[in-house]
Amino acid sequence: MMDLPLLVGQVFNGFSVASLFILATLGLALSFGLMRVINMAHGEMLMLGGYLAYLTFLLVPGPLAILIALPVAFLGAAALGAVLEVTVIHRLASRPLDTLLATWGVSLILQQAARSIFGAIGVSVTAPGWLNHTISIATGPLAGLTLPATRIFIMVVAVAVLLALGLFITKSRIGLLVRAVNQDRMMAAASGIDVRRVDLVVFSLGTGIAGLAGVVLALLGPVTPSVGQSYIVPAFLVVVLGGLGSMVGTTVAALILGMVSALSQIFLDVSTSQVLVLLFVIVFLQFRPQGVIAVRSRALED
Amino acid sequence: MKMAFHTLFGALAASTMLTCAAQAEDTKVGVLQSLSGTMAISEVTVKNAELMAIDEINAAGGVMGNKIVPVVEDGASDPAIFAQKATKLITDDKVATVFGGWTSASRKAMLPVFERTKNLLWYPVQFEGNECSPNIMYSGAQPNQQIVPSYDWAKAKGYKKMFLVGSDYVFPRTANLILKKHIAKDGLTMAGEEYVPLGGTDFSAVIAKIQAAKPEIIMSTLNGDSNVSFFKQLAAAGLTSEKLPVMSFSIGEQEAKAMGTELVKDSFAGWNYFQSLPGEANAKFVKDYQAKFGADAAITDPMVHGYLDVYAWKAAVEKAGSFDPDKVRAAAVGLKFPSPMGDVEFAANQSLVQPALVGKLKADGQFEIVWQSEGAIQPDPYDPVAFPGKSCKLH
Repeated sequence: MMDLPLLVGQVFNGFSVASLFILATLGLALSFGLMRVINMAHGEMLMLGGYLAYLTFLLVPGPLAILIALPVAFLGAAALGAVLEVTVIHRLASRPLDTLLATWGVSLILQQAARSIFGAIGVSVTAPGWLNHTISIATGPLAGLTLPATRIFIMVVAVAVLLALGLFITKSRIGLLVRAVNQDRMMAAASGIDVRRVDLVVFSLGTGIAGLAGVVLALLGPVTPSVGQSYIVPAFLVVVLGGLGSMVGTTVAALILGMVSALSQIFLDVSTSQVLVLLFVIVFLQFRPQGVIAVRSRALED
Repeated sequence: MKMAFHTLFGALAASTMLTCAAQAEDTKVGVLQSLSGTMAISEVTVKNAELMAIDEINAAGGVMGNKIVPVVEDGASDPAIFAQKATKLITDDKVATVFGGWTSASRKAMLPVFERTKNLLWYPVQFEGNECSPNIMYSGAQPNQQIVPSYDWAKAKGYKKMFLVGSDYVFPRTANLILKKHIAKDGLTMAGEEYVPLGGTDFSAVIAKIQAAKPEIIMSTLNGDSNVSFFKQLAAAGLTSEKLPVMSFSIGEQEAKAMGTELVKDSFAGWNYFQSLPGEANAKFVKDYQAKFGADAAITDPMVHGYLDVYAWKAAVEKAGSFDPDKVRAAAVGLKFPSPMGDVEFAANQSLVQPALVGKLKADGQFEIVWQSEGAIQPDPYDPVAFPGKSCKLH
């Protein structure tokens, strides 16, 4: 059972699962770190991204549809995120439990809307030809190993998003403001930073990234009204494990969970491996309740 | 404003009159399928077929002069909701019988409700057997009418190394238990056995294990839209149907169409009915359904079973001269009635006597029938290899 191609293949799959987790989770981590808002409708941003990809593929068929779908889904999900922030989250910002309930309600509304518009039956996106390749190794110790191009594409998207986000936070002016608000919201506001605008930018950025996750998800499986629901629980696990609100922590936690899940599946079936992942998170938090990276932030202290 | 008031009043009065007039001779029946969630891909059209049968029966004068009124509920792909909705249909709506269910998990959840209320469920989908309830009419295939004949066919075709993939619930687990016993008994090789939660979308590890085990055929009991992910990721890993054929037990014409036929072309499926089945009764059914739901609507085995269940119930009610579930189920046994599959009947164990078929999926989304059993097979809920010595006697 433990042969080398399978092991290497599962490490590869672990990275691919982790990439999906990263894309699905970054937005949650960003908005929680900054605004202490738990957005239950985050999964539906994935769903929206998936449906936008589906529509893009319908309108502009061809090999480059996927590259058009990425910005379309990002902008669409970011726009919906902005609307959600202005109409719901901003108004309930001081009451975290209420935002939890309100965004859950939004999540149900969005799912039902998708069901009414696109039908309860999932839609499907066909990967373009250039993504339909498989890199397979025929000789040597890794003979039999295959690496699907779609999974490599997902990793590329995740790495690109991480790099772009890192640059944005560390180099740009608004990134500086984000860090300031993240450290101390009151002081940042007192020194003249438009905290409202920072909230809005960060929240829609986070939902936009979830939209990207929806596009790559559509390459692997069907887009259904409830597709976001199957990713929201692992996403929360990643956020908690990573240390609430830390981007580096989120990335590391996504990698850990992706690997634990993929490597344990060499020996266990998928259901048992999910149990193992949950146990792992529980045990890990017993020893390190603050998560992988502890964020020192006034916003999280009270 | 005055106009609006009048219209409203008129509508109210009309609807009240309607209810009064109808109450005397209406018989309610429940239609309970998943209209949302992961199973919606398969179950919405079973509901359509059941409603179509009810419409046809009403147009032809109803059952014993009564108009049949369907009460449609959504089981939402969740066994607990199936049980709740079944209770609601029987105790609140007072339905005479219920047509519905797909996953065995949903049937298992509803079974205690039907046994407690002494109502009757008409279950339209192939399943794992190993169950024998007087309050369920099992029109879908028993293992000896689908899984085992398909396995025997694959064995005869020379496939010796089999890999079992399934959704993680009672049907795939039990079906694979039966398959494993047969594989062991026949001296074939078990390449592996993997389960993914219902609705699961990540098959990376399962496919890696399939690649490592190098089977000759995959026997798939995956249900719902997990199939889309599975076939997509199989194709992405370079495992096409020519290299590694898949025999599915839950993919019909409609699932194939929804998934995109190029994805599943050339794969095999075991059923008791295919849309391509020859015969006048089937041609008429396909034509009527497509006239109602669109010329390109796909017809599947469970839809036909849902449809014929309604007719079986009608025939049994008329023979019994009563809507009482106990009398109806007694009357249904051995009663021949016409269906798109030809004349069929229920055996004494309340399961349908029917032939088994194996089909190969063509590029147009239809199956080419590559094998069929010699005549109809008597249903047996307990596979003699896996569950020796058990039998089901209900009448």
